Amino acid sequence: MKTKQYKSLLEVKDLQTYFKTDAGIVKAVDGISFDLNEGETLGIVGESGCGKSVTNLSIMRLIQSPPGKIVGGEIFFEGLDILKLPENELRKIRGNEISMIFQDPMTSLNPFLKISTQMVETIRLHQKMSHKEALAKSIQMLQLVGIPVAEEKIYYYPHQFSGGMRQRVMIAMALSCEAKILIADEPTTALDVTIQAQILDLIVELTKKMNTAVILITHDLGVVAGMCDNVCVMYAGKIVEKAKTMELYKNPAHPYTEGLIKSVPRLDRAHKGRLFSIEGQPPNVIDLPDCCPFHPRCHKVMDVCQHHYPPTKDLGDQHEVACWLYVDEKEFPND
Amino acid sequence: MTKYIIRRLLGVIPTLLVIITISFFIVRVAPGGPFDGERALPEVVKRNIEAKYHINDPLLVQYGRYMFDVLRGDLGPSYRYKDHDVNFYIFESLPNSMVLGVIAISISVIFGILSGMLAAIHQNSWIDYLSMALAVVGISVPLFVIGPVLQYVFAMKLGWLPTSGWFSTGDGWKTVILPALTLAFADFATIARLTRSSMLETLRSDYIRTAKAKGMKSSSIIFKHAMKGTMLPIVSYLGPAFAGIITGSVVVEQVFRIPGLGKFFVQSSFNRDYTLIVGVVIVYSVILVIMNFLVDIVYSLLDPRITYT
Repeated sequence: MKTKQYKSLLEVKDLQTYFKTDAGIVKAVDGISFDLNEGETLGIVGESGCGKSVTNLSIMRLIQSPPGKIVGGEIFFEGLDILKLPENELRKIRGNEISMIFQDPMTSLNPFLKISTQMVETIRLHQKMSHKEALAKSIQMLQLVGIPVAEEKIYYYPHQFSGGMRQRVMIAMALSCEAKILIADEPTTALDVTIQAQILDLIVELTKKMNTAVILITHDLGVVAGMCDNVCVMYAGKIVEKAKTMELYKNPAHPYTEGLIKSVPRLDRAHKGRLFSIEGQPPNVIDLPDCCPFHPRCHKVMDVCQHHYPPTKDLGDQHEVACWLYVDEKEFPND
Repeated sequence: MTKYIIRRLLGVIPTLLVIITISFFIVRVAPGGPFDGERALPEVVKRNIEAKYHINDPLLVQYGRYMFDVLRGDLGPSYRYKDHDVNFYIFESLPNSMVLGVIAISISVIFGILSGMLAAIHQNSWIDYLSMALAVVGISVPLFVIGPVLQYVFAMKLGWLPTSGWFSTGDGWKTVILPALTLAFADFATIARLTRSSMLETLRSDYIRTAKAKGMKSSSIIFKHAMKGTMLPIVSYLGPAFAGIITGSVVVEQVFRIPGLGKFFVQSSFNRDYTLIVGVVIVYSVILVIMNFLVDIVYSLLDPRITYT
């Protein structure tokens, strides 16, 4: 049963995912919201440990529990709250409506099963097909992702493929049910630089062809520039800036985004001296005080940043930022 | 693969020769001899016996003669039991130990894997705590306690089963049950713990997350995706465990009066019965080597990444 009225394909509202550890509660994702429309490509950017992957595992409800738990928020897929779905309804969405590609293709495919087994089972799980039909479809998908002699290689085990080829297999598997959303969690991080571009091009090409919306998680701003329509910048479990890709690159509002863009090495500009980098370390997200988590590293830090988390300000044209720089001084909390 | 099997089987021969050689010399290095009793024998008698068994020949000559006999399949006379030779004692008792061992290890494998899996799937639930508590009991309580407790409950109090004996004593299969359970307990415990930790590790791996992301049911994930990975460490434990259990346990044989091979391991050492010691060592080694070989084969069947050429 689906509600017909919904604004976006996927709406994440105030999502909070916490992890209980011996050292305290880790607020890996702390109140983030974003929308994803049909056919759109959304980039989620941030440093390691900022909560990018946890966000997307939360969407699939794949958080290892314990210690992790989604403690608040709502995730609507086609108007349906994923967080409230019973297990069997959830399984119809996983792999069928929303599918995922993981970071490390070396470990994400089952080493004990042939590619054919793993692909056919995915297709037959969600579509009424005979084994033969599903096998034909799998071979077709493998050909689509550029695996040569697919009708033979489908009987290979994962270890008989190279890393890049395995990621192609993962993509073929993820798209085999024509999912509406593809979540790609750093799909090229574990691969050779030479393969990275090929894999990204492949994702773009296939998802455009199939009109699949994509959430691309990455720490590489260069990748985002080439692929995404919109970008969310995450820092310490929160989205600090959200904008259309071009707008973000032209007018980065948050000092963190600014720093990220500056630290991308560029060949087309003469560089003198060292590469730019943001000073300091990302904060420990255990028991974070109510302040802007970026303030110790921020070169525009003000007094208010150290005591209060900034509200999200709309800068127009879907450009949102959470930073005190854009808040009128009259609105500063006084204490 | 066939080539590999042949090569491995050929490799067994030098392994066994080394084992026999080492045990042959080690037992003779130990102080005392097979005919040193508490009371010294008269000089003449001793010399006669020693001459009969060639104990005073140079060690290398003895070794050569023994090896020649072993290669013909003759493990020599026992120095202590005068009625028969070593071959007879082994062939008479080994089948009993094997029957008991195979039954015991089957029990421990079936129940160990089952309870280990249940514990892993329902981690931190009462099922987990119960089966791990049982496993701790199995690991820490010795056989000579478990055996008599079972005898007391099932034989003395309930009267369902005989306290002891073997097929020849007339109770047939009933006599096997209690000793098999006793013997199974320790391995059950180890296998249960091994299965639990192995399964937990497998369930946390990336490819299981992939299977979940595909929308698979937990039951099919466990049986189709997690099973093979879980079984690998258990298979490698089972090889030596199997060799150990089918060569008998002196404790269980004593408690239940079973004519098995286990008692010869202990008694031959007490008696410094050189030929019998080396004889049972050979039997154990052959079984162990075969088991390890089978483990390697099963490994390659389970894990496609392992291939032998």
